[in-house]
Parts: sequence; C-alpha cells; structure tokens
Amino acid sequence: MCTRTFWSSPGRTSPAETGLLLVLVLVLLEGSVLHAVAGASSSAADVTNHHAPTNESGHQKKPFPVLDLNYEHVQTPFEISLWVLLASLMKLGFHLIPRVSNIVPESCLLIVVGLLVGGLIRLAGEEVPPVMNAEVFFLCLLPPIILDAGYFLPIRPFMENLGTILMFAVVGTLWNAFFIGGLLFAVCQINPGYPLELHQLELLPCLLFGSIISAVDPVAVLAVFEEIHINELLHILVFGESLLNDAVTVVLYHLFEEYAGAGTVTVLDGFLGIMSFLVVALGGVLVGAIYGLLAAFTSRFTSHMRVIEPLFVFVYSYMAYLSAEMFHLSGIMALIACGAVMKPYVEANISHKSHTTIKYFLKMWSSVSETLIFIFLGVATVDGKHHSWNWVFVTATVILCLVARVMGVVGLTYIINKFRIVKLTTKDQFIIAYGGLRGAIAFSLGFLLDEVHFPKKDMFLTAIITVIFFTVFVQGMTIKPLVELLAVKKKQEAKRSINEEIHTQFLDHLLTGIEDICGHYGHHHWKDKLNRFNKKYVKRCLIAGDRCEEPQLIAFYHKMEMKQAIELVEKGGAKMPAIPSTVSMQNIQPKKAVPQERMLGQLSKGKEEEIRNILRTNLQRTRQRLHSYNRHTLVADPFEDGVILRKKNVMEKKIKEMNNYLTVPAAPPDSPTMCRARLASDPQAYSMKPTADDVPTIHVDLASPQSPDSVNLVDELKKKSEPTSDADEGLVMRAPSQNRSEESDREQQKLMRCLSDPGPNADEDEDEPFLP
Amino acid sequence: MGSRASTLLREEEIEEIKKETGFSHSQITRLYSRFTSLDKGENGTLSREDFQRIPELAINPLGDRIINAFFPEGEDQVNFRGFMRTLAHFRPIEDNEKNKNAAPSEPLNSRTNKLLFAFRLYDLDRDDKISRDELLQVLRMMVGVNISDEQLGSIADRTIQEADTNGDNSISFNEFMKVLEKVDVEQKMSIRFLH
Repeated sequence: MCTRTFWSSPGRTSPAETGLLLVLVLVLLEGSVLHAVAGASSSAADVTNHHAPTNESGHQKKPFPVLDLNYEHVQTPFEISLWVLLASLMKLGFHLIPRVSNIVPESCLLIVVGLLVGGLIRLAGEEVPPVMNAEVFFLCLLPPIILDAGYFLPIRPFMENLGTILMFAVVGTLWNAFFIGGLLFAVCQINPGYPLELHQLELLPCLLFGSIISAVDPVAVLAVFEEIHINELLHILVFGESLLNDAVTVVLYHLFEEYAGAGTVTVLDGFLGIMSFLVVALGGVLVGAIYGLLAAFTSRFTSHMRVIEPLFVFVYSYMAYLSAEMFHLSGIMALIACGAVMKPYVEANISHKSHTTIKYFLKMWSSVSETLIFIFLGVATVDGKHHSWNWVFVTATVILCLVARVMGVVGLTYIINKFRIVKLTTKDQFIIAYGGLRGAIAFSLGFLLDEVHFPKKDMFLTAIITVIFFTVFVQGMTIKPLVELLAVKKKQEAKRSINEEIHTQFLDHLLTGIEDICGHYGHHHWKDKLNRFNKKYVKRCLIAGDRCEEPQLIAFYHKMEMKQAIELVEKGGAKMPAIPSTVSMQNIQPKKAVPQERMLGQLSKGKEEEIRNILRTNLQRTRQRLHSYNRHTLVADPFEDGVILRKKNVMEKKIKEMNNYLTVPAAPPDSPTMCRARLASDPQAYSMKPTADDVPTIHVDLASPQSPDSVNLVDELKKKSEPTSDADEGLVMRAPSQNRSEESDREQQKLMRCLSDPGPNADEDEDEPFLP
Repeated sequence: MGSRASTLLREEEIEEIKKETGFSHSQITRLYSRFTSLDKGENGTLSREDFQRIPELAINPLGDRIINAFFPEGEDQVNFRGFMRTLAHFRPIEDNEKNKNAAPSEPLNSRTNKLLFAFRLYDLDRDDKISRDELLQVLRMMVGVNISDEQLGSIADRTIQEADTNGDNSISFNEFMKVLEKVDVEQKMSIRFLH
C-alpha cells in the first residue's frame, strides 16, 4: 500500500524513500548513542551528587542552566518509544523494497535488523539491554497478537476441524516433547568422550527442554503463513494447533520444572499431570468465556458512550489473559475463548466506528508486537553472555525437531483420516509438517528457567535460538516456493456472496434434517441445537434492543449492502449527478447500463430506495449505524452524531402528540432529517440496468412516506391486532388502536409504513436515541 | 427393534443396495434398524406421518421439503430401497472410489448429484429453474415470519441477479452449480455414517 505512493518508477528510489531510509539510520544511531549517553549522564549525575553535600552549607550559586540534559527522567518511556519507532520504521522500510520482501519473509528481515541493532549497541561498548525478558514478552508483547488472532478467528472452519486440531495440538505436542527429550537424553548419554559435561544432563531437564522446544509458535506461524496465502483448511489447522498447544506446553513446563528439583516423576505425578492438563485447558477456556460474556453484556449498555466501546473489548480480554495467567491456566486459550465468545454479540451492539477502531487497533498492536518480538530475538542473540555452544547438542536438537515433527504429523494424519470426511492428502501433510515453526515463546520459556536447577540453561538457550533461526529462516524462506512448486491450493480471495450465504444455510438445515432422519447425532445436529439455544436465550441477554431477533441472513445482507454502498461511493464518486431537492421515485430516469463489474449494484433506483426504506424502518440497527457512519460517507457534508440526534429529538417532540405505539414517529416532510434522509438515501452511485419486467419497481414518494403495499401491511396488521405488552417482540407491526378516526388511521399507516419500530414504548424512549 | 415377521432384510437385498448406493454392509443394517424403528405401521414402508413423528424435523424450516424428497413422484409410501437411495446422496465422496458396478452413470453421491438433490428441494415444480417465487418461499421458511415481504423480495432479487447469467431471471441448475463452486460441497453435504 505504501508502494503506490512512494514508488514512482520501479527500480529507482524516490527522494522520499531515501529520506525515510536516512531517518531509519539516524534512529538506529541515536538509539545506540543515547545508551552511551545514559551511561555517561548517570555517572555525571553521580559526580554532581557527590559534590552537592559538600556545597550544602555554602550553596554556591552556579549559572542558571539554559539548556540541560536530564535523560534518566524519561529514560524508560523514551527507550520504549524508540524501540517501537524503530520497529514501525522497519516495517515501512520493508515495503519500500518489494524485491527483498518477496523472497525473504518479514520475520527473517526483522531478526536480521535485531542482530544489527544488537551489534551496534555492542560496538558502542554498552551492554545489550535485556529486552527479551519474559515478563515484557508474556505480559506486553504476546497478548495483542493472540487477541487479534482470537477476535478474528474464523469460527466455522475452526469448529469443523476442531477434532483434527486438538489431535495435532495435544497428542502431537506430547509426542514431540517426549521424543525429543528422550532421544536427546540418549544422545547425551551415549556421546563419548569430548563434551563430558553432557553426561551430567539428566532426564528431566531433557524432557523439559523437549517440551519447551516442541511447541509450534503462533507468532511465527502467523508471520510466515500470512504471506503465503494457502487455503483456509491448512491455515486453520496449523494456526489452530499453534494456539491450542499452549495448554500442553504450560502443563508440561510446570510439571517438569517442579519435579526437576525433586529428580523423579512417579505415576501419580503423571496422573496429576493429566488432570492438570484438563484443568489448565478447560479452565483457561472457561475464564475466557466468562470475560467474553461480561464484555458482551457490557456492550449492551454502551449506546450512550460510544467512544469507550473499544476499550471494553481490550480491557476485558487483557483481564481474561491476566486472570488465567494468575491461576497458571492457559492464558492463550483464555484470550482466544474471550475473543471468540464476545465477538458476535459485541459486533451486534457496537457502532460501526467502534468496530473499525477495534479492528485497526488490534491490527496495529499485533503488528507492532510481532515486529518487536522478532527484533528483540535478534538483539537477544547478540547478547553473548547467555550462550554456550555445544555442537552435538545443538545439531541433535535441530535434527530431532524435524524428524519428530514429520513422524508426528504423518502418524497422526493416518489416524485422523479415518474420521474425516475430507481427508488430508500427502501435500497437506507436508505443509503441516513444514509449517511447524518455533518462535519467541520457546525462547522466553527457556529464559525463565532457573539457573540453579538447570545448570545447562545457557546451552538450552543456544539450542533454542538455533532451532528458531533454523525454522524461521530456512523453513520460512522456502515454504513459499514450495507451496508454488507443489501447487497447493491457495486461499479463495473472493468475498462471500449472498448466494453462498443462503445456500450454505439451506444446506445446513438440510443436513440437520437428514441427520435427524437417520437418527445420527452428528455435527449438524449439535450445531443446530447450539444455534437454537443461542437464539432463544443468549442473544436475548446480550444483544440490546431488537437486534437480538435479527436473523443471520438479514444481518449478512445488510452488511453486504453497506459495504457495497461505501465501495461504490469511493469508486464512483465523480460520477454522482446532481442531487435533486425532492426525490420522487416516479421521476427517476433509468441510466445507461454500466460495465460488468458493477453488475451487483444495478438495482433499479426505485428498488434501491425501497431497500433503504425497508432497512431503515425495519432494522433499528440500520438507523443507528446509518447515523453513526454511513450517512457521512454517502453524503458530502459530514454531520456529527450529536447533531442528528438533537434534530431527531426535536422531531420527536413535534410528533409526540400523535400518541401512537411507535417509538420514532415519522418526520414531517420538510424537517432536516427527512431532507438528509432523501439526500443520503439517494444512491446516485448506483447506475441502473434496464429494469426487467418482473422486477417490481416500488414507487415510493418520500415526501409522503407510503407505499402501494401498505394495503398488504394493513392486512398483516389486522391479523396481529392484539397489542402485546411486551415491547421486545422483534420486528412486529403493531396495529393501530381501534378508537381512531379514519383520518388518523391513514396517518398511522403512513407512520407505520415508514418507521415501524416496535421497540420500547414511546414514553420511555422520548429523549433517547434508538436503543442499540 | 423387535422381531418383525416378514420384513427382515435378505442378503440379496443388501447386496443390491450396496451396489446401487455404495453403502457398506454394516451401514445398511444400521440404517435398516432405523427404518424399522420409524415404521410404526410395520408394513415395510414409511409414510409421511412416520417422518413427521420425528420431533426435530418439525422445527426444521425445511422439514416438509426434506420429507417430500424421499417420496418419488406422486407416491405416498417409500420402501427401504427408496429410503437408502435418497440417503445415498449424503455419503461422503471417496477419492479412490472406483465405480465397481461399471454403470455408465455417476454414483449417487457425486458432487453433481448432491447439488442436484439440493436444487430439487428449491425447485418444487420441477421445471429445472429456481424462480423468484420459489426462492422467496425458501427464504421465508428460513428467515421466519418477522421480516417483511418487500425485504425478502429485495434479497431474492439480489440473489437472482448475482447468479443469473443468461438473463431469464431465474436460477438454472448450471448457474446454481457455478455459484456454489467455491463452497466445499463434498464436506457440507456429507454425513459421516459410522462404519
């Protein structure tokens, strides 16, 4: 995306880019220099401090310092900001050099940068800052990435493949850990002669090392897989595995760490370990789900304070992570569960702006975190005092990791394929095995080891770093050409069409029915039951207003319409003809047909207007969202939310005397809101296709909101003429009360037709905007 | 369940069904016991009422249509062969499945036949096209009663617009297949009948 602005002619750097690269270099130098300065100034401060007591009595007057340097005052935040700035500039820089970033994945480049920075700092004579300490990593750098992954996790493929993913995550990681640990121990034992130190290595530390190194790392997987765009199935398998194996890693790590001091592990300990695994995994998910439901519930009430909506999402998720970590449960699983549980409900409740904010903040934080992690990996590598190279150990580790992974994947796939409908092919297996990248989590876990119990900690760290480098560099760089070579199916880029949505739901119902006929309680049966439960109970609690009744299909259609409207405005803005002041549908002239690409937007103008009307009236949410964002993009002049709300309140007060059941009465035709409605709903961006005969063009004259179909609606109204007391019934048309004159009946119909919002009663909603 | 005098499944029948549908022996016997448990009248055939007695089908929006799909044109009873023939559409597709019976036609559970089955559920009047009305009916069933007709109409129009390539304002089987080419029909329309 940057390339478009900066890349005037390929192959030559424009002045802007050279400037950027200069800035980069300056920042690098500044960082290292400031470290030296920090050292110097602290010593200078010491000197002055020493002098001060002797001068206390005399208090000599020294000249007032016009310019002073006080670095420690801002040292920590300054350094943090400098690192973040460096990371972000690096990211920018890579996109300016597309040749390199096509061959080498970003993660490799970042590690190299980290190495350079570490090297610079070493050259400057300073000590490399301990940037990769476990606390910073686990509490600050990891959560954004996981939250981003969890919030945007594609739930459907994840659930469909859950069995496979769990098999790989749990059984695969266990296999890896024991295989690597055990064989390493054997190698160390039988290793003759030279590095006698290896003989001291006991079984338990080896197993612990095995469990650290065996876990596939979500950060590395994300970083590499994002660039290769493989098909959804493989992506979710590897990625899901990397997320869910956290529970296994946590348990194994704590188990072996505890007992490494004691020296032996009994069967009872093993049993306790299994129990602990269940507790860790399920407990983590439970904690996450609880926080997710809390967040969803909170978002129900945020209609008045839209600005802090994103904050709830972030804070609840972070709290879920911290709470899980507090109890030694799996923080990653808690975070994933929290994000996945809260997303559907929060999305239904928050405004569009908040949705965008959440999306971009998550992407931003996770991107910066990822960059920082890789840079820090590079820096920590240069830090020499934690290294102790041992050829045998390291090479054995690398080889065993590869072998264990391949064997594990092949073996597990053989078992799994017996239960899958769509089997995993050899190509799939290869990609899954090859995609088992290790990353910073392994390094941090190694860093956390206690020196006393694990005298070989340095050797472990060296081996871990080597494995990480190997997987990230070698596997990361070669996976893209391999994917091309093996012709693995790539990701389908096209958006989901309404056809697919309808037919998918159709097939779901069909399959559920067939399963019921066969008496086979399978996948679809339980999914259907869950959906019903969700619709009946959960949505009522967690989604505010009438939105809880909105069928998924309608929500999808609505979203699609919005997206398309925004796109068309962005694309076809120049083609907007002058907007007439009064829009009467009968006056619309059909325009000429547009090229094929606009096919989807070619609804007749009348239809489009009708759709907008219907959407506006029947879906409360629509109005809310239109107010908060879409009118601003569709119409040239931006209106603030507050202005619209105030005007609406004025409107409401004017029509209060109508005394109807409706919450939002119709606006008088000339009110500002109606004018704006006309303007906004005029979809000038849509060009017209010559209307086919059997596409009904509904003529709606906005000046007096009434449609020819109101007759039908009246029938509908008469059918449901019992007024119900409970307001939250969903999108039900209410009948006008009986004791009305014919005149106001007509008015009633007009109002109802236009703005039937059978939400809460008019009384309680007088001064409030629509309930979200 | 329980012993039935004249409706036990004979080996030859099992073999025939196996050839025709591709189910395995154990699957056929399992489904046969399900068939007999549904068959309250004990006459070897199922009627519509037998199906409607299944509680979950009653709340399924497509329940009636699915039941109708089992019964051949104009008939009110379906025997075990017919039952299995319909269910055969939902057998998972095996990659290495060779056509053992050497029949020129495709096996019942091929992708095309699966889609054809689904298509026929939309297309009630069997004119090989999904018209706007038929689509509206299905949408209405899936969405419930609370959405207005116009809204459903717009959705239906848009759906037809997206799919229709020859401009006849209805969706033919080829257009239907094209629209679903990205959807993993083999997985979505298969039930794992346990061995």
